Amino acid sequence: MAGITPSKHHETPFKRNWLVTALWVLVAVYLVYSFQAMGVSWTRFSEGLGHAGQLFERMFPPNFSRWELLLSGLAESLEIAIIASVSGIVLSLFFGLFAARNLMPDWVTVPMRGFIALCRTFHPVIIAILFVKSVGFGALAGILTLVVASIGFIAKLFAEAIEEISLKQVEAIRATGAGFVSLILFSVMPQVFSRFIGFSTYQLDSNLRNSTMVGIVGAGGLGGTLFSAFQRFDYDFVAAILITIIALIMFGEFLSNIVRRIFR
Amino acid sequence: MTTMHSHWQRFTLKQKLSRYSVYIVLLVALIQSIRTVEVIPEFFYDAPEQMADMFTRMWPIDFAFYSVSVHDAMIETLNIATLGTLVTLIFAIPLALMNANNVVASPISHWIARFFLVSSRSVNSLVWALLFVAIFGPGVMAGVLAIAFRSVGFVGKLLAEAIEEINMGPIEALRATGASWASVLLKGYWPQILPAFFSIVLFRWDINVRESAVLGLVGAGGIGVVLNNAMNLFEWQRVAMALLAIFAVVILAEIIVVQIRKKLI
Repeated sequence: MAGITPSKHHETPFKRNWLVTALWVLVAVYLVYSFQAMGVSWTRFSEGLGHAGQLFERMFPPNFSRWELLLSGLAESLEIAIIASVSGIVLSLFFGLFAARNLMPDWVTVPMRGFIALCRTFHPVIIAILFVKSVGFGALAGILTLVVASIGFIAKLFAEAIEEISLKQVEAIRATGAGFVSLILFSVMPQVFSRFIGFSTYQLDSNLRNSTMVGIVGAGGLGGTLFSAFQRFDYDFVAAILITIIALIMFGEFLSNIVRRIFR
Repeated sequence: MTTMHSHWQRFTLKQKLSRYSVYIVLLVALIQSIRTVEVIPEFFYDAPEQMADMFTRMWPIDFAFYSVSVHDAMIETLNIATLGTLVTLIFAIPLALMNANNVVASPISHWIARFFLVSSRSVNSLVWALLFVAIFGPGVMAGVLAIAFRSVGFVGKLLAEAIEEINMGPIEALRATGASWASVLLKGYWPQILPAFFSIVLFRWDINVRESAVLGLVGAGGIGVVLNNAMNLFEWQRVAMALLAIFAVVILAEIIVVQIRKKLI
């Protein structure tokens, strides 16, 4: 290894990934196309920025003088979130169990999985619209919406968690002559309980967020208050509502962290 | 348990107490909510009948309506979702870099980044859309910005987590050669987070397709506008067509994302 002669063929250590490069070109072409197709232009954007300044000027200081209205909306949002979460989680427990392929026969799991997937496909707002049309304005539509949304999300996760359990313990309990209910309670539940708590707190959190939004289409809660404030150009009240929503969501995150720590 | 001789217990007293207090608080909250919530029971009993009525009005689906306005609106929705996802990156990448403690070590920058990421996630996309409709007027622009601002929190957080998980060896090696700040980012960090980056972006795009379908309800463009108009005119057969189109596109987007992610990872 005396004289190391550098090879004439100089190779860069950083190889170009042609797939990624092609992707960037595609993105650039798409950007040009979409800006033209949708009529998004710089003048409109800069014009909007002026409006934004005006809007923020009118938003500050936030107006909390109608705190009673704010509080009643907040209470309704909380009520919707709590009722929907509890009933959604209880229903999801059963649905998740029926959708678990290692415990149930195919003729139960296949329709169950289809139903859960259907609950998940539509955005909560669309479900909320349908419920508002069928059960009228108010909290009931909001509750039903969030129940459907909860089933779509956590029933699937429940089913997946149950499918991952060790069947040895199930067999052991079955060997004692336990019935189906005891089998679920003493062999399946202990294995998945802490994960269920995790999913449930997550869902409570997400229901809390969504309960402030379904009101926009008339399904009760703080969203309705927000939407009407927007329509009345009551921007200082809008700012107050937004601050309340953000505080509520941060409080919800804080609470679910505590619950998760307790059940770890 | 008490009849047993050995006093083996799964949880300590403190654990038990805290668990039971969670149950009790939840129960009290539930009872209080049920007592105070304003639900008209007649509406609830009536619901199945009303639902059935609504679905019979939706049948047969007005397929001719697809070429009239659903198609263009659907393309617009997809554009809003895609453009919104791209615009998000402009904000999300710097915030993710600021939030990752192996890139910037100062706690102040973490706090700033976290503040933006959390407030982006706390405000729902519909509320963002309301704000941007008030600023830019109804239309596609409000939709794109609503999607973008809503996604920043999600993309930024996941991207920061991906950056924190990388192997620091190449970074150190690059620094040792005296590489500039920009080349360390581009040649050290970037290649390592590339798969995670694309998978996060695709995942968010999938969510954004769902979200952009409803933004039109508050006037931010896309299929939601068509849906809203048809609903206000009680043209249920057209509503059904719009819903069917949304359903198909959402499923299609999910299939595409799953396929690409499979190839990527």
